[in-house]
Order: sequence, then structure tokens, then C-alpha cells
Amino acid sequence: MALLEVRDLTVVFQRRGEKPFTAVDGVSFDVEPGQTVGLVGESGCGKSVTSLAIMRLLAKRGNKVSGSVSFEGTDLLKISDRDMRDRRGRDLGMVFQDPLSSLNPVIPIGLQITEVLERHRGMSRSKAKVEAADLLDKVGIPDPTRRLSEYPHQLSGGMRQRALIAIALACRPRLLIADEPTTALDVTIQAQILALLRELVQDTGTALIMITHDLGVVAGLCDVVNVLYGGKIVERAERHALFAEPRHPYTHGLLASIPRLDEGRGEKLVPIRGSVADNIPWDGGCAFAPRCPNALEVCEERSPQLVPDRTGLLRCHNPVQPAVATAGGTR
Amino acid sequence: MNTLLAKKKEPIDKLAAASVGGRSLGAEALRRMLRSPVAITGGVITLLFLLLAIFAPLLAPKDPQIRYLQDQVELGKGIIPGPSPGFPLGVDDFGRDFLSRLIVGAQQTLLVGVLATVIGVLIGVIIGGIAGAFGGWVDTVLMRLVDVLLSFPSLLLAISIAALFAKPSQWTVILAVSIIGVPIFARLLRGSMLAQREADHVLAATSLGVKRGTIVFRHMLPNSLGPVIVQATLTLATAILEAAALSFLGLGDPDPTRAEWGLMLGNASRQFLDIRPELAYYPAIAIIVVALGFTLLGESLREALDPKNRR
Repeated sequence: MALLEVRDLTVVFQRRGEKPFTAVDGVSFDVEPGQTVGLVGESGCGKSVTSLAIMRLLAKRGNKVSGSVSFEGTDLLKISDRDMRDRRGRDLGMVFQDPLSSLNPVIPIGLQITEVLERHRGMSRSKAKVEAADLLDKVGIPDPTRRLSEYPHQLSGGMRQRALIAIALACRPRLLIADEPTTALDVTIQAQILALLRELVQDTGTALIMITHDLGVVAGLCDVVNVLYGGKIVERAERHALFAEPRHPYTHGLLASIPRLDEGRGEKLVPIRGSVADNIPWDGGCAFAPRCPNALEVCEERSPQLVPDRTGLLRCHNPVQPAVATAGGTR
Repeated sequence: MNTLLAKKKEPIDKLAAASVGGRSLGAEALRRMLRSPVAITGGVITLLFLLLAIFAPLLAPKDPQIRYLQDQVELGKGIIPGPSPGFPLGVDDFGRDFLSRLIVGAQQTLLVGVLATVIGVLIGVIIGGIAGAFGGWVDTVLMRLVDVLLSFPSLLLAISIAALFAKPSQWTVILAVSIIGVPIFARLLRGSMLAQREADHVLAATSLGVKRGTIVFRHMLPNSLGPVIVQATLTLATAILEAAALSFLGLGDPDPTRAEWGLMLGNASRQFLDIRPELAYYPAIAIIVVALGFTLLGESLREALDPKNRR
């Protein structure tokens, strides 16, 4: 049994007077202990909503969540609010995108760590402080005891994200969800944060769900990658397979739109045509078809199913052929 | 085990020494205020007023209750003695030293203004805090009640509340003035609490399993209080004006021995404005200057706490 088994997770936004919007549409995936699983896709593809649904952080009003999220055999969507609160931070942790706004501006960093330690590990304040300094030290914040009494605005962006990671890992959760943890940081800091995450995951055996739109992050970190489009998984593959031979035209397009060091300087980037439309319909056709270079007639008529393909899964009527993929990469 | 303990002990000692490291947002705001002329003006006025009120009994040159020149006052004939040695501002219609009464009156003004504001803030924060923390129907019900209060013109509301009591006293004034402040504080806090519910750091705290009570009191409330504190400083000014207005209208403490600026202004303008108009001007000016001081202080506080002005 996997640590986390997400089955047919569906999130529908229901706003009064508006058509329901299916943000996440039957997403299923597993996370094994110690494994790093990527959720990749453009803005609006449903990757953040998926993570919030797993943590049950979506407002009950106006959001309908169905499917199951089984964590060590317990369906998180079925347990009481109180049980869920006990599990958050203890069993499942989360790191958010913007480190500044994710920290409480009016209380010192230290208190934001100790409150979690006191809450879940029943530590006394003074013991929690020692542990907090230890945690800050572990995530590479210099002079941790002094930092404890500082406020978020006094830390640099990279340090804030380190502090957030320290807070999320304070109670040694078995699953950490990182929602675009490097998006708000500059490139050098990104690399440091990713290295830190990788190290922590390896040291503690924490499973990690990495949510990102950055394929570079995926390449460096993830064991298995799920590519999302319009709320559905369109391709799943092991990291190496995905980068070597992307099968879905969308994945292929994402990779082709990244500049590569081994290409000639004059090569043009190949963007994906168009942008994500609002409320992409999956019924009666492939949602990606209007933007797809490989689209066939059948793509407009019948929604493709997720079928096993090589090491993973694929949802496409006309996938990119391996030989073509290599050619496409250098086109 | 022992070496581990020894290793852990050192950071505790360091912790104790390092407690001065952080600079809170409040300290940051104070630093900015000290560089603003508006803040300094408001602060100096407020400080002088506070000192005046606290040390009034020592500062007053004469006893404010003794009718020194009562035999020289003939209100019927329009005679009130003017300034004379020992009585720099003259005397009132009872022959009492006006300057001393004005100084002692600062105490009453401060007491009424501060108490009315504090009570208003407390009730308003409780109502707004509950509404903002719970949301839903609790919020709807509380806010409709607040809207009812808000729909009355404030002075009219204060007059009707004060008039409810058979025996007017300074406490009815304080209560009336505090109640008209309640809806403003409640609405303000509720608004910023609702905004905080959506804030990233509250979501982050929720994702850590922090208890709801802790989230409300540690994460939402402290981040929502800024506007309320600013409004309280501004309300202090209007509370002083409104308390004075109630006294002026005869709804305040009827005790004629009590020195209170609104009452002094009311008496002067009703009974001897034609004889000695300056006796109405002095308390009026005192009220205006103090109200101005608090307003300037409140405005600059608002500016200093405004995140747009940070750094």
C-alpha cells in the first residue's frame, strides 16, 4: 500500500449564478514513502487545487470535493475536521509559493516554529525553542538562535523559504507538499532551496509532492512526474522517460519551449500555441486538441482515456512517436 | 545523554541573550513617526494635555471650587468681573477662578474621552472579532445590528442614549459616547478579520494544524488591529467633542461644582455670552486643540502603519 493514494479526486467550484467549474477532474496517483512525485502544468491546470484538496484546505462553501485521498489507509476526505487538524502539520506538511505572505508578519519566526512543536509534539516552550533553533540550523539558516526572535520582514527571501520549510518539517511529517516553493525566488536561491529539499527528503525519508510549472525543478527532483492539463492527468512517466521521450504532445510542447544549452544559439524556441481556455471541456473531445499540433479528427470527437504507456500512463489519441520526439527536440 | 544535554543547554543561554534581536512592526512604525512633523506636533499636544490633566491639581493656581468673587458678580445687571491680578482669565458666574477650572477640567475631559473610547473599542472589537472569526450567519446577524446603530446620526444617537437615563451623570455620558463608537470599530475589525481569513499566512498556519483559537488570536487578530488602533486615536478626538456636546446640551453631569469643558462652554454661551464671550472661547479652544492633537496623532499613526509607506 502506498503512503498516499489519491483516487478519482475531483474538485468542482460552484459559485452561485455561475456554471460549475471542474478544476480537478478525476485525478489519481500514488505516492510511496520517500518518493518525490511531481505535478506539472501551466497556471490554471488544477495542480494547486489538487494539493489544497488533499490537505482539505479548500473552503467548504462553493467547492465540491469528491473521490478519495487515502493516507496510510485512512481516507482524509472522510475524517472529522478535528482529526484533520491533528494530522495537518503532523502527518502532512505544506510549503507555499510566497514565503513572505506565508509567514505571520507580526510575530517572530521562532514563535511560528514553536507553536507547531507545542501543538503536535507537546513540547514545552523552552524545549521547543531549542528544537526550533536546531531546525533553522538544519535548513541552513546561519545564527539560528538570533533569527528566532526576528520578524519575517527582516529575513531575505531565501531565508524566509528556508524558515517555511523548517516550519513545515518541524513535526517530521511523512508527506510534504511543496506548492511552487521556488517560484518567488531568484535562480541561485532556487537551486539552494531545491538542493535543501532533496537533502531533507533523502535524510528523513519524507515523501514529497512537488507542484511546479518549472520542468527544470522536475528534472532535478522528481522520481515520477504527472503532467496535468485542464484538471486531468494527461501523462505520467518516470522522470528519465519523460524527458528523454515525451509522449503527450503537451509534454512535448512544454519541453520544446525551454531553451537548451546543447542547441545552437540561433535556434528558435517552439512555444505551445494559444493559452489555457477557461473551463476546458473534456467531454466530447480532448481539451488540448485546439492547441495540439498532432490533433486528429478523432481528438475533437472523443475524449481520450488514460491508458498504460511504457513506464506510466498516457491520455492521447495521437501521441508523439519516439523518433519524431528526437527530431522535434532539435527542430 | 549528558553530552547531548550540554549541547542543548548552550542554545538556551544564547536564546536568553538574543531576545532583543527582532524589531516588530510596531517598533518600526514608531521609528517612522518620530521623523514626521505631523506626528510630533500631535504627540506634543497630546503629551502636554496628558501632563496637564495628570498634574492639574498641582498646576491650578487657585481652588476651582471656591467662589472668590461671588459678591462682585451680578448676572442680572450683566456684571462679571474681568481679568484681575490673581485671576488671569477672570472668573465665572459663581466668581470661581476660570483658569483653575479650565486646568482641572482637562482631567474630566481626558477621563471621559479615554474611557468612552476604550469601552467603545472593547465592545466593538468583541463584536467585530466574533463576526470576522466566525463569518456566516453570525457575521450577518451582528453586522445588521451594527448597521442599525450606524444608521443613526452619531450625536442624535448619543443624545437618545443619554436621555434614556433618568439621572444624567458623567457615566451616562461615557456610555452614550462609547456606544456610538462601537459600530465603527466593529465594522473595521470585522473587515480586516475577513481579509485575514483569506491571507496566505493564515492558510499556512491552518496547513500546520494550528488550532482555530490560536489562529484567531495569534494570527488573525494581531494582524487586524492596526486600523482599529488608528481609528481609536481619531475617535478619542470626536469622543471629547461629543462628550462636550452632551454636557453643553445639559445631558452631562449636572453637578455645578464639577469643572468640565463642555459644561463650561454651555454655561458661558447660554448665560453670559453677551457679557464675557471669552469665557466661552477658552473652553472651546481647549476642546479644539486637544481634539486636533489626537487627530494629528491618529493620522500620522495611520500613515506610519500603512504598508505602502514601509521603507
